[in-house]
Amino acid sequence: MIVPYSHVLVLAAVTFVLGLVCVLARRNLVMTLIGIEVMMNGAAIAFMASGLRWHQLEGQAFVLFIIGVAAAEVSVGLALIIGAYRRVGSADADTYSLLKG
Amino acid sequence: MSVYSVIFYAVGLVIITATALAVTRHNPIHAVVYLVVSFLGSGALFFLLGAPFLAAVEIIIYAGAIMVLFLFVVMMFRIEKVEPKGYSWRQWGPALLCGVLFLSLLSLAALRDPVGRATLETAMVSPADFGRWVFQKYWLSIEGISLLLFLALIAAIHLGRVRREKVGEEEP
Repeated sequence: MIVPYSHVLVLAAVTFVLGLVCVLARRNLVMTLIGIEVMMNGAAIAFMASGLRWHQLEGQAFVLFIIGVAAAEVSVGLALIIGAYRRVGSADADTYSLLKG
Repeated sequence: MSVYSVIFYAVGLVIITATALAVTRHNPIHAVVYLVVSFLGSGALFFLLGAPFLAAVEIIIYAGAIMVLFLFVVMMFRIEKVEPKGYSWRQWGPALLCGVLFLSLLSLAALRDPVGRATLETAMVSPADFGRWVFQKYWLSIEGISLLLFLALIAAIHLGRVRREKVGEEEP
């Protein structure tokens, strides 16, 4: 036996919340994307623990899909950030104020 | 307290510490390097929870490929003072408040639920069994992921292409 199921869930929750705070508080676009990665990692930990808790392989299959989705999301997100950086010349989220008029 | 519990708490401490350091660093390169440590810890945790294949995938793809991609993109930017040094409460206060509230709710739900009191038994699925099972039962989802990665490749190439002669037309 390893640990109670709830302790793994608390670890996943702490990881998720750290990513959430990173997304909410940071202004650098790269740091925002890093926060999303951390949140996905927290979700993957929760899925993995749930798969072990009920002895179902679906938890591990979900982690596999989460990793695939994260890879796709990061590639598109970084390409968008590079495109925005080329246009504006900054990776700060506050400088993208074109729509303000 | 078995040796697995000790390993779990040590790995959990490594993950939380590295992630907390990563999200508070001023320099994105430092954040990415701390995040590599965090993902290595996640790989060890996946191995402990009985998924050696996913532990390898986590280390190869997350810690290896995705973080190196981040590193390259950060190196493409000019070093600039995006965020002021120090942490302003107007910026971090609401985020920390949301985080603390959300974390307390999640922890309460996880710790008070009787389902959460069950202890996890050690189990392991070999990579061959896992792969056979996934490709038998969820082959369509695997195809969907491959299609998604292909579309992401096309999108990244399209977005990252430098249009030299069409710049004049696109500017309003």
